[in-house]
Amino acid sequence: MDPVFLARLQFAITTIYHFFFVPLTLGLSIMVALMETIYVRTGREVFKTMTKFWGKLFIINFVLGVVTGIVQEFQFGMNWADFSRFVGDIFGAPLAIEALLAFFLESVFLGVWIFGWERLSKGMHAAAIWLVAIGSNISALWILIANAFMQQPVGYAIEEGRAVLTNFAAVVFNPKVWVMFPHTISAGLVTAAFFVLGISAYHLLRKQHLEVFKNSFRIAAIIGAIGVVLVGLNGHTQAQHMVTTQPMKMAAAEALWETEDPASLSILTIGDMTLRNEIFSIRIPNMLSLLSFNQIYGEVRGINDIQMEYEQLYGPGDYVPPVAIVYWSFRVMIGAGIVLLVLGLYGLFLVMGDSVEMHATSLKILTFALFLPYLANTAGWILTEVGRVPWVVFGLMTIPQGISPTVPGSLVITSLVLYTLVYAALIVANVYLLMKYARLGPDTSDEGSTQPGADPEMTFAGTAN
Amino acid sequence: MDFNTIWFILIAILYIGFFILEGFDFGVGMLLPFLGRGSTGEETDLKRRVIINTIGPFWDGNEVWLLTAGGATFAAFPLWYATMFSGFYLPFFLLLVSLIFRGVAIEFRSKDENPSWRKFWDWSIFTGSLVAALLLGVAFANLARGVPIDANMNYVGGFFYLLNPYALLGGITTVLVFVLHGAIYLSLKTTQDLREHAEKTAWRLWIPAVITLLLLLVATYGFTDILNRLGVNPGVIPITGIVSSLVAGYFIRRKRMGLAFSATMITIAATLVTFFLMLYPDVMISSLDPAFSLNIYNSASSPYTLQVMTIVALVFVPIVLLYQGWSYWVFRKRIKSEPQSLVY
Repeated sequence: MDPVFLARLQFAITTIYHFFFVPLTLGLSIMVALMETIYVRTGREVFKTMTKFWGKLFIINFVLGVVTGIVQEFQFGMNWADFSRFVGDIFGAPLAIEALLAFFLESVFLGVWIFGWERLSKGMHAAAIWLVAIGSNISALWILIANAFMQQPVGYAIEEGRAVLTNFAAVVFNPKVWVMFPHTISAGLVTAAFFVLGISAYHLLRKQHLEVFKNSFRIAAIIGAIGVVLVGLNGHTQAQHMVTTQPMKMAAAEALWETEDPASLSILTIGDMTLRNEIFSIRIPNMLSLLSFNQIYGEVRGINDIQMEYEQLYGPGDYVPPVAIVYWSFRVMIGAGIVLLVLGLYGLFLVMGDSVEMHATSLKILTFALFLPYLANTAGWILTEVGRVPWVVFGLMTIPQGISPTVPGSLVITSLVLYTLVYAALIVANVYLLMKYARLGPDTSDEGSTQPGADPEMTFAGTAN
Repeated sequence: MDFNTIWFILIAILYIGFFILEGFDFGVGMLLPFLGRGSTGEETDLKRRVIINTIGPFWDGNEVWLLTAGGATFAAFPLWYATMFSGFYLPFFLLLVSLIFRGVAIEFRSKDENPSWRKFWDWSIFTGSLVAALLLGVAFANLARGVPIDANMNYVGGFFYLLNPYALLGGITTVLVFVLHGAIYLSLKTTQDLREHAEKTAWRLWIPAVITLLLLLVATYGFTDILNRLGVNPGVIPITGIVSSLVAGYFIRRKRMGLAFSATMITIAATLVTFFLMLYPDVMISSLDPAFSLNIYNSASSPYTLQVMTIVALVFVPIVLLYQGWSYWVFRKRIKSEPQSLVY
C-alpha cells in the first residue's frame, strides 16, 4: 500500500483518538478547580464531595490523554521525518516549550493533587488543581502555535531548502493561533460542561445524590452556556480569518466551486464526492458574504479560481482538498454546535428555576447530549486538517514530501494495525471505568479516601533531582 | 561555548534525569509481581497497592523528562530527531506501546475489584516497564556503536541490525541496573516486611547488575570507537560510574539504603555522561562513513532558534526543578502497608 496514505491514516487515527481525551481534560480541570475553590472559600462539604467525584473521572480521562500524547510527540520524527527536517527549526521549539512549560506542570501537580489531600493545606491543594488546569490549557496554546504554522506560516525564511525561524514573536503571535486557541479552550469548556450536565442529569432523573448533582448541574449549566456562546463567536471569527488566509479551505467547506459576489451559503448540498455536480442544493443568498465580511455583498472566491491562482503560484498540481469530507465535517461541527447552543442556553434557563430534577424529558436529552461535543471536536479538526490538503505546511510543503523516506510501508502498516487495536482496547476500558464511576455516584462516606501513611523514621528525602 | 554545545549538554541532562527518575519507576514496575506477593490474595493486593503508591505521585512527572528530551531534540537538532525516530522506528513504536500500557495500568488497576482486571494491568506494568527499559538500553547502545546512516542522513539498517549483541547487552544492563535502582528505592519508601524484602532483593540483584555493567564496559572497547574518542584510560567519569556501582553493594550490605540509592544514581548518571562524551560532537555516528555522521552542527537548528530556546530553558528549567523537587519533599515519607493509608 502507499506509504503516504498509511502514514496519513496513522496520523489521523492517533490524533483523532488523542483529541477524544484532550478537550475534556482542558475543560474539566477548570471545573474541578472551580468546585474545589468554592469548597475552600465556603467550607461546604458538598463541594468537596463534588471535587472528588468529578476529580476521579478527570483522572481516568487524563491518563489516556497523556499516554496518547507521547505518541504525538514522537510521531513527527517516526513517520514524518522529511517534514521534521524541513520545519524542525520552527516547529520543534513550541513542542519543546510545551513539554517544559505545560507537561511538567500538569503531571507533577496532578500527582500532588491526587496524593496530597491530607498532606497539603486546603488552599495549597486547590492551588495544585489550578496549576493542572493552567498546565493543560498552556499545552493547548503551544501545540496550536505549532499547528498554526502549518496552516499559516509566518516568521520564517527558506534557507537551503529548510524553513528557518526569523521571528519567534511572529510565530507565537501568529493571528491564526489567536483565533484557534480561544476556540479550542471554549470547546474544552463546552465538552466538560456537557459531560457534567449529562452525568448530573442521569442522577437527577433517578432522584439520587440530589445535593451533589444539583450543584454540579448549576455550575455546568453556567459554564456550558458561556462556553457555547464563546465557541460560536470565536468559531465565526476563525471562519472569517480562514476566508482571507486559507480561501481554499472555506471554498471546500462551502462546496463553492465558482466565485460568487454576493456569495450564498450552502445549507445542504448533495452530489458526488467532489460536490461539483450538485444533485440537490439549498442555499441562502448573500449569507456567505454576510458571514465572511459582515456585509451583504462581497466576493467569496470559488474552488476553480483559487485552483487557477495556485497553479500560477506553486506550479501545476491539484490544490483542491477532498471537498465532500471538508464540506460534511464543517456541517457536522456546525450542526452539533447549534444543538449545543440551544441546549446550553436551555440548561441555563432550567437552573433559573428551582427544581431541575422535575424536568425528566430535558434531563434525558441532556444525558445524551454528552456525546455531541465529541462529535463537534472531531469534525472541527477534520475540517482544519483535511481542508489544508494537499499541503502539510500551507504553501511550502505538500503531504507526500513530508514522510519518512526510509520507513517501509510494511512497518507503518504494522504500527497502524497495532495502534488501532491497542487504542480500541483502551477506549473500551476507559468507557467502562467512566460509566462505572459515573453511575456509582459520589463517595459520601469520605472514609478510606486518602491518608498516605507516614513513618517518622523515614530516611528518603526528595533530592532526586 | 556555543549554543550547539549548550543544547547538547541540556539534552544530555534531560536524558540523565529521565534515566535516574524513570529508572526507579521502571525498576519498581518490574519488581511488582515479585515483591507484591503475600500468603493471601488480599495481602498480595495490598502489597501491590503499596508498591504502586511509592511511585504514584511521581511517575508521570518523571516521564515528562523523556518527552522534554524528545521535544528538545526536535527543537535544537531537528535532523537528529528525524533520523533517529524514523531510523529506530520499530523499537520506538514498541517503546511507546509499553509506555501507553504501563501508564494506563498504573491509574486503572485499582479502579476495579475484578481479580483478572487487576492481574492484566499488573502484568502490563511489569511488561511495559521491562520492555521500555530494554529498548532504551538497546537504542542508546546502538547510538554509541554507530549505525548505518547514508549520505542523506537516513538510517538504512533495518530493524534486525539494531538487535546486535552489543545493543542487547546494553538493553540487559539497563534492565538490571533499573531493577536494582528500583529495589533500593522501594526499600526506602516501604515499611516492615516489604522493606526487608526489597533490601534482600537489592542485594541479590546487585551482583548481576555489576557484572553486566562491567561486561558492557569491556564490550564498549570491543564494539565502539571509544579508544579513539576517549582513549585507553576512559577518564574519571566512567571510572566513577563503575566504582559507585561497587560502592552501592557495600551500602546495600550495611543497609545504608539512602547512600546505596545515591550510588546507583551516580552510576546511572556517570554511564550516561560517558555515553554523551563518547558521542560529542556527533549525535549519531554513521558506521558507513564518518563523513555521514550527524553532529551538533550539521543537524542543528539555526543559531537564532537555539538562542531563543536557550533563554526559554534558562528561565523554566530551574522552576521545573524547584517544583518537582518540592513534590518529592511533600511525599517523602514511607508508605505503610495499611489499607486506610493508601491512595487508590
